[in-house]
Amino acid sequence: MSVKKIHKEQPETFQFNDKSMEAANKIVSNYPVGKQQSAVMALLYIAQRQNDNWIPLQAMKYIAKFLNMPYIKVYEVATFYSMYNLSPVGKYFFQVCTTTPCMLRGAYDLVKVCKNKISEKENVLSEDGKISWMEVECLGACVNAPMMQVNEDYYEDLSDKKLEEIIEAIYQNKTPKPGSYSGRINAEPVNNRKTLLGNKNA
Amino acid sequence: MLKDEDRIFQNLYNDSGSDIESAKLRNDWNGTKEILDKGREWIINEVKSSELRGRGGAGFPTGLKWSFAPKEVGSRPHYLVINADESEPGTCKDRDILRFEPHKLIEGCLIASYAVNAHKCYIYIRGEYFNEGQKLQKAIDEAYKNNLIGKNSLNSGWDLDIYIHYGAGAYICGEETALLESLEGKKGQPRLKPPFPALIGLYGCPTIINNVETVAAVPTILRRGAKWFSSLGRPKNTGTKIYCISGNVNNPCNVEEEMGVPLKELIETHAGGVVGGWDNLKAVIPGGSSMPMLPKEICDNMKMDFDACVENKTGLGTAGIVVINNDQDIIKCMARIARFYKHESCGQCTPCREGSGWMWRMLERMAAGEATPDEVDMLFDVTKQIEGHTICAFGEGSSWPVQGLIRHFKDEILERNKFDPIVKKQKNIPYLVDQHLLEKENA
Repeated sequence: MSVKKIHKEQPETFQFNDKSMEAANKIVSNYPVGKQQSAVMALLYIAQRQNDNWIPLQAMKYIAKFLNMPYIKVYEVATFYSMYNLSPVGKYFFQVCTTTPCMLRGAYDLVKVCKNKISEKENVLSEDGKISWMEVECLGACVNAPMMQVNEDYYEDLSDKKLEEIIEAIYQNKTPKPGSYSGRINAEPVNNRKTLLGNKNA
Repeated sequence: MLKDEDRIFQNLYNDSGSDIESAKLRNDWNGTKEILDKGREWIINEVKSSELRGRGGAGFPTGLKWSFAPKEVGSRPHYLVINADESEPGTCKDRDILRFEPHKLIEGCLIASYAVNAHKCYIYIRGEYFNEGQKLQKAIDEAYKNNLIGKNSLNSGWDLDIYIHYGAGAYICGEETALLESLEGKKGQPRLKPPFPALIGLYGCPTIINNVETVAAVPTILRRGAKWFSSLGRPKNTGTKIYCISGNVNNPCNVEEEMGVPLKELIETHAGGVVGGWDNLKAVIPGGSSMPMLPKEICDNMKMDFDACVENKTGLGTAGIVVINNDQDIIKCMARIARFYKHESCGQCTPCREGSGWMWRMLERMAAGEATPDEVDMLFDVTKQIEGHTICAFGEGSSWPVQGLIRHFKDEILERNKFDPIVKKQKNIPYLVDQHLLEKENA
């Protein structure tokens, strides 16, 4: 459970746009009648995407009405889970994994680069307002450590040099490609593959 | 080494694509209807006799779990829930199944839901695996289109709907009852057991929860027979398992191997050896961060299966092997794991909520050499106070790694933390020093 800051300046109103509404209705239909509360996590996520990657309080109230549940229950969910941003983040939101398997392979070098190139503190926007970064717990790609997530994509097998290149590219309005940066494919052992060779050569 | 033809996950490295045509070339969906036609009893008995144990960490026999579902559907419908909330540090096997072998999982869902009488199946994927979820959704859509699932799936007369539910970054939702709470749209705080989910689970209905790898292995087991599966490994620890080898190795990788494969073979053959050679090995966490670590002496002859791990006072867990070599500060590594648990504790039970923070702060001080020698025993005592005093297994998960550190590396901690604030060094750290004693000494 993590402490989360609610942003000071909140928008006056919030409403789903057509695209979000369609997605929301589809998700609600996944759950049995009367159990629409189950959709709250997905709806918060939809609201977050619609609102530049963060959730205002008005959106929680809107979702509470939408699902016919108490506002406080939506608030509880939004503050419990770490993926909901309750204050604005950069257009490119860097989440650097620093849990032990990544730490062993140099995740704190990446943190250093973020401090130098983006902002000294976590969750503070870079000078041009494009990027913000934070340390997160295990993202489940330990074999491809060290790694980070930018919005929805994983950037794997990084090094401080590679990360600098990625950040530079973003500053120059390019979108770096996600995936492994050591040239390997997925989670196979680099240059040392001993299994399923028949499939590889097929 | 396991023969290639005995590997279940042929597309672990995505050599041939995850779409339905290539999946069918790998024998997925081959004879699934015939399997369903043999009936519930046969499926459950076959899974039982294959001795498949859950791959999510606890190692509970899958066939037995399925047999706990009520035989007849009463007024409440049954549910099947797949746990794809893979968040254990060191583990990334389910991710590769979701993105490269989704059809094995979907086929497994069909068989499992038929065996436990469920018409609805929810797959709970951690929110960070957004792209993997999209790939799985694509495979589910393909399966619907080909009438493999949906109304009257495969013309077997069985209706099955599969839905994906995304989590939002909470480790605790990998615990099955927390997962159910989260699925119901609440905070992910575990429930008391009993009642077990098999009787009262999702929305108060009978629910069977299985890990991705377990369910994805079932179709192959049923196709090739329980005898084949149980011929691999040793009794009670049968079959194959995906091992994730990360940390200080030359070639970190996922690899599917037989149960009971020697740890040294996994690291040396598949992962290209420890950085700096085998002699540079300090410790190995064998089963994801919740399991106690093992020093090199034990790793030399360690076999990787459930029972062999228990004999060495650790656990196979999720088989996420984290290798730590001598270049690393082992106390710092454990302090970082303790910070993970402090961050992820759901806050429901006091021993875990408070204790996980205590353990982290004490370990940070020990890593910096600021603790007193008796604090090591105090830390061990704290771990014992957490273990077994919480609703879910998170208490054990957070205290076992610390116990493992103290069990095997106590000397190293003591070596670094010689500092005695009261008598010898007279350092002025007010929160450590009993002011009363200081006065006495000054007098």
